[in-house]
Amino acid sequence: MATPVKRVSATTIVVCSVAAMCTIVLAVCVGAVPVPASDVLQSIGWHLNVPFMPRNLGTNDIIIWQLRLPRVILAFVVGSMLASAGATYQGTFRNPLADPYLLGVSAGAGLGATFAIVSGAAVSHALIPVASFLGAMGAVALTYTLGRSGVSGRMSASLVLAGVAVANLLTAIQTLVQQQHNDKIREVYSWVLGTLNTSGWNDLRMVAPYIALSTFMLYRYRRVLDVFSVGDEEATTLGLPVERVRAIVIIAATLGTAAAVSVTGLIGFVGIIVPHALRLLVGNSYRVLIPLSIVGGGIFLVCADLIARTALAPTEIPIGIVTALIGAPFFLYILGSRRTGASV
Amino acid sequence: MITKSLAVATVLVGLMGLTTAATPSQAATPTPYPVVVTNYGASMTFTKAPAKIISLSPTATEILFAINAGSKVVAVDNQSNYPASAPKTALSGYTPNIESILSYNPDLVVVSYDPGDLVSSLRNAGVKVLLQDAANTLADSYAQIAQLGAITGRRVSANAVVSNMKKKIASALASIPNRGSNVTFYHELDDTYYSVTSSTFIGQLYSMAGLTNIADKADGAEWGYPQLSSEYIVAKNPSLIFLADTGCCNQSKKTVKSRPGFGQLAAVKRNHIYVLNDDVSSRWGPRTASLIEAIAWAVKNFLRTNH
Repeated sequence: MATPVKRVSATTIVVCSVAAMCTIVLAVCVGAVPVPASDVLQSIGWHLNVPFMPRNLGTNDIIIWQLRLPRVILAFVVGSMLASAGATYQGTFRNPLADPYLLGVSAGAGLGATFAIVSGAAVSHALIPVASFLGAMGAVALTYTLGRSGVSGRMSASLVLAGVAVANLLTAIQTLVQQQHNDKIREVYSWVLGTLNTSGWNDLRMVAPYIALSTFMLYRYRRVLDVFSVGDEEATTLGLPVERVRAIVIIAATLGTAAAVSVTGLIGFVGIIVPHALRLLVGNSYRVLIPLSIVGGGIFLVCADLIARTALAPTEIPIGIVTALIGAPFFLYILGSRRTGASV
Repeated sequence: MITKSLAVATVLVGLMGLTTAATPSQAATPTPYPVVVTNYGASMTFTKAPAKIISLSPTATEILFAINAGSKVVAVDNQSNYPASAPKTALSGYTPNIESILSYNPDLVVVSYDPGDLVSSLRNAGVKVLLQDAANTLADSYAQIAQLGAITGRRVSANAVVSNMKKKIASALASIPNRGSNVTFYHELDDTYYSVTSSTFIGQLYSMAGLTNIADKADGAEWGYPQLSSEYIVAKNPSLIFLADTGCCNQSKKTVKSRPGFGQLAAVKRNHIYVLNDDVSSRWGPRTASLIEAIAWAVKNFLRTNH
């Protein structure tokens, strides 16, 4: 195996933790409405039962505790999920263009959400996350069923192709349904662009278990991704049960990604930009890349959301636009400044 | 969102060209035809009232039926849900099919939006097309009603509709005690907190009622339809909340109350959330008057319970 065995050094762990903490603290202190740092501290301290912390009953408490803090944490968690799922897919499919939506998660989620939105039932609104979650899981199940039947030994390629076909099919159905319900276009469109503007603790509670489980699985299987890099056949001769491991990794990544998009809508670019930027900085070993993607994706999305809610404050910018607008040039910059010949 | 942006994108006052050739002799002749209308680069001469009208604009549909020209309307688009007697079809104003439109053999097609060269395609096929895009002011709205009245030979009805609107609006506004008191409000377009500023058609109606719009200070892009940050709405703590998203997005007083941070808003705690009809608040036809009445009622209700 050509890949050198790399470990995450203690220094890296410290640097990452400090960077993550600083980003989160900054993001909680800055927002559309200026709140003094003392109020931020008071609000969070009181809610966390820190002794002798006076209760702040004002509007600032609502802004910090009910709106900003859950939003920042959700952004971190979703960013982590998308980046680690993206890195995992790039390894599993040996495809640098792979992202968490490769196997149809986004198209399935979009179709599910659209169905919930146009159904018009009074309860349907609360069902949007559930419908998009089920749509996403269903789409990947369909892709996997179709892609599996491909030529043996070329399964990763046939899975990717099946994913493209399924995504196109579901997107076409979604567009058709949406065109039939012009009056609902506004809400479908808002959902597709993705937003964290309306999120609270409830959203976090809803998705945290899935994302935690998914992230844990991807972290556990990170070494296997390095074995995948030699190709399916060689990995098999090395004793790796390729198909079973791939299935586990896909299920884990899908579960977490589906949960993430179900509450935030479709946020693009995170899953592709973050792992590649890290790859250029620390190399290709998934043993290092996965944990760094978990932290880096979180930091990236918290920063993107910070821009989304403050750049034109108090007007919001759709988060998906920020990740593309900031992420793409940033990525090109790293690509240009570090032509290290790193490849997937 | 999309409909709104389209509405804003075409800001032109569509009626600058309204001219009626027969004006001088109108009093003398019972039929004031021909009527000449200049509309977006085309000059159209109507020698008689159109007998087969297609409306792909929900607002125009409402106007045509309000001015008693409904009997001449052969088909309306899939969004024209008012009045119920309008001949609703599968035709779409957003993704129109030229052949389907032509199959009705119309002598006038009214649209509010020109997707994919619809207007020029229909004109090339020899059909008269009237583009009446989103009104910016009440005056635009009145002018569109008058224009349709002139074309369909229903001037008297059109004038009556306009004067009735003016009367209703004036009396609704007059009924608000001490207008100009700084009552703040938030008008919600969808559940991701898109709103309207006072520069928009609907925003002006609130200004007329003397209300202060929390979205005005938020619209850095001056687009008219900013997406407000949830933090900002909570910090501004509006006295009144108007929901124009009960149809599009299934919102209700209940869903508003359950949103993060919204439970503590004065408007929520004191039950000053008012539901507006999505359709009426996104159109600019005769029912606009009833929208102003609804707003006036909400303001009075607020002032009564708070003083």
